[in-house]
Amino acid sequence: MIEANIKVNEQRKKIHPHKFTLWVALGSIVMMFAGLTSAYIVKRDAPGWTTFSIPRAFWYSTGVMLLSSVTVQMALKAFKEREMMRYRNLITLTAFLGVAFVGLQWIGFKSIWNSGITLKGSGGGQFLYIIAGLHALHVLGGIVALIILFIKAFASKVRRYDSIPIELMSTYWHFVDLLWIYLFIFFMGIK
Amino acid sequence: MSNEATLHGHAATSHDADVHHDEHGHHHKETFITKYVFSQDHKMIAKQFLITGMIWAILGGLMSVLFRLQLGYPDAHFQILEDLLGSKWAKGGQIQPEFYYALVTMHGTVLVFFVLTGGLSGTFANFLIPLQLGARDMASPMLNMLSYWFFWLASVTMLSSLFVETGPASGGWTSYPPLSALGDASEGSKIGMDLWIISMALFVVSSLLGGLNYISTILNLRTKGMSMTRMPLTIWALFFTAILGVLSFPVLLSGFILLLFDRHGGTSFYLSDIYIASGKALPNEGGSAILYQHLFWFLGHPEVYIIILPAMGLVSEVMSVNARKPIFGYMAMVGSMFAIAVLAFLVWAHHMFVTGLNPFLGSVFVLLTLLIAVPSAIKVFNWLTTLWKGNIRFTPAMLFAIGFVSMFISGGLTGIFLGNSTLDIQLHDTYFVIAHFHIVMGVSGILGMFAGIYHWFPKMYGRYLNNTMAYIHFWITLVGAYLIFWPMHYEGLAGMPRRYLDYSGWLSFNQFGGLNRFISTVAMIVFAAQLLFVFNFFYSIFKGRRVITQNPWGATTLEWTAPIRPGHGNWPGEIPEVHRWAYDYAKDGRDFIPQTEPLGSNESAH
Repeated sequence: MIEANIKVNEQRKKIHPHKFTLWVALGSIVMMFAGLTSAYIVKRDAPGWTTFSIPRAFWYSTGVMLLSSVTVQMALKAFKEREMMRYRNLITLTAFLGVAFVGLQWIGFKSIWNSGITLKGSGGGQFLYIIAGLHALHVLGGIVALIILFIKAFASKVRRYDSIPIELMSTYWHFVDLLWIYLFIFFMGIK
Repeated sequence: MSNEATLHGHAATSHDADVHHDEHGHHHKETFITKYVFSQDHKMIAKQFLITGMIWAILGGLMSVLFRLQLGYPDAHFQILEDLLGSKWAKGGQIQPEFYYALVTMHGTVLVFFVLTGGLSGTFANFLIPLQLGARDMASPMLNMLSYWFFWLASVTMLSSLFVETGPASGGWTSYPPLSALGDASEGSKIGMDLWIISMALFVVSSLLGGLNYISTILNLRTKGMSMTRMPLTIWALFFTAILGVLSFPVLLSGFILLLFDRHGGTSFYLSDIYIASGKALPNEGGSAILYQHLFWFLGHPEVYIIILPAMGLVSEVMSVNARKPIFGYMAMVGSMFAIAVLAFLVWAHHMFVTGLNPFLGSVFVLLTLLIAVPSAIKVFNWLTTLWKGNIRFTPAMLFAIGFVSMFISGGLTGIFLGNSTLDIQLHDTYFVIAHFHIVMGVSGILGMFAGIYHWFPKMYGRYLNNTMAYIHFWITLVGAYLIFWPMHYEGLAGMPRRYLDYSGWLSFNQFGGLNRFISTVAMIVFAAQLLFVFNFFYSIFKGRRVITQNPWGATTLEWTAPIRPGHGNWPGEIPEVHRWAYDYAKDGRDFIPQTEPLGSNESAH
């Protein structure tokens, strides 16, 4: 892969094509959530709109998500410094924080559900289930990628020096973090 | 060791290292599976898209022949239909209403998405982007392969919906709720609708994976010297197409997700105040069917440019090569495509003028819609001026390219009628609309695709298509398309609505009985001509005249510097370097100068 990078640089490439692909993909994901949140805004004026109160679990999950962004960044730093043990621990920790986030979202959903807001209707709660649910799916996708990195870090006998996969991972993870912050503020601010 | 070894995940495609290289260039082991099925070679993936698209085109075309049979001969009984399709769909040899709706829905879905999006972009973006840019393969061959297989899964899912007991989706290719949201509403809104949504979701995934790859390949993997302004217009067109897809398909997906929840989760995003035929009122409240239309057309309108832009790119390239002249107004072509790509996102509500849209908002959309005429006209003028005083070679590809321009002008003019919200009150949902979009998008798109296939077939398969069959195919298709769709303008102006099973019961539309029979007859002839093309295509893959020169059309672009049958990696040696733009034809007393030729002492950089 190092040779690949040199070759890529030879072809006067400023940004690795896989990184670029990821950025375009993130733009695409943004469009999906932009579509859904603008549908939310439009629907707010319709009759029969209902609201929900933000459950406490979402505050915790937001904290967990922010923390996991820090750990994934530290993991990238550790990898670049060749601190492989620290790197492995940090990506493991990030994956666990990701699972904790999804769990907390689930608890949050349940408390809203128990307050009487089910899938019946077309208010804020129904949008929340779908929008935050889709976000959680994106986090789960990130966890799968983390597990793959984790297996690679332990299973391989070959030393890996290429940091591109981990950089891709951290970019994606920061993205789902930011996306959740946006959604969280959106759901708090726009009722 | 070169970058493709890591990029492709193959053990060794050491093209650079090996001087003694045969034409096929496969040193790594390739099994039948890795070469023809789960291939990561962009050229093979392009062929997979093309052939899958052709199968869909035959099916989609056949559907139109079936419903044209009904429209042309509403009272006739074709016993063979009952024998073939069973008594449920064709009782007594007549197309049943439910089946008719399924046919028009599937015809639209298949042609718009599976043929003119998957088949067109999938084929030519995959085939041409690496070859014309001087890249070994796509930025991510793996994602590229997945893109095809998601397309395949979407295809299989859609195909399977034709065989379920209640039939495929039948609420129109736009699948508006509440019809599409309520299983009780019609036969086609049952399992067929679910399969439709699942298939379309898979299709969106396929388009996104493909689009991501096209964009990052174009921006990152151009060979040395290939600046953006030296790219052939095909690449520019495919670039804007990919951007449109990446930004608009996710919005469609979010619309489908809400639709799925309305169908199965009990939500009412799109449903409100509905009484069903039995007199029962549904509990859903507060939903808005218009919301779906906004989400749908936010994709749906860019979608028509996703179809037409690649065709425009292919036509520009084919036309310049066969007129032996530089394309007229290269930067104006790029600029107008950019303008079309931007405007594509700002006009979606012109599909919704009669939904009760605020008339003031409507007039904004009228203005933006009519603005599209400006870049479109620029493109048309540039094509005509490219032809002007050209040394034209009327190859089949060139004929299709000229046919494209003709169709695009004819269909574009009626777009000016329909873009006006006041005229749209009369014309909305009539045959005028059918005529407009079939000419400007459907036929133009397919003519552009044919131009591309005829032009690049020698590069794809190392053989030529048969010219005689090609000329017959062209003339029947062009004349036939005008004969089918031109009369529909008159029917539409008279107010004849689309999607009706039988018009003979209306006094106002009775007069068109003969015209409808005429249209149906021509439609069958044109369909037969397409089968001639299909025969030509498969016959020529195996038996066509062999290509013996590397650059049979005398073109400047890089794909013709690759071997006649390029292996995975495209160039056996170094990737060629580019020194000039793609349109040096008839320059300095020479017929053409390839992009790889260094600048002469008397030339300035271009």
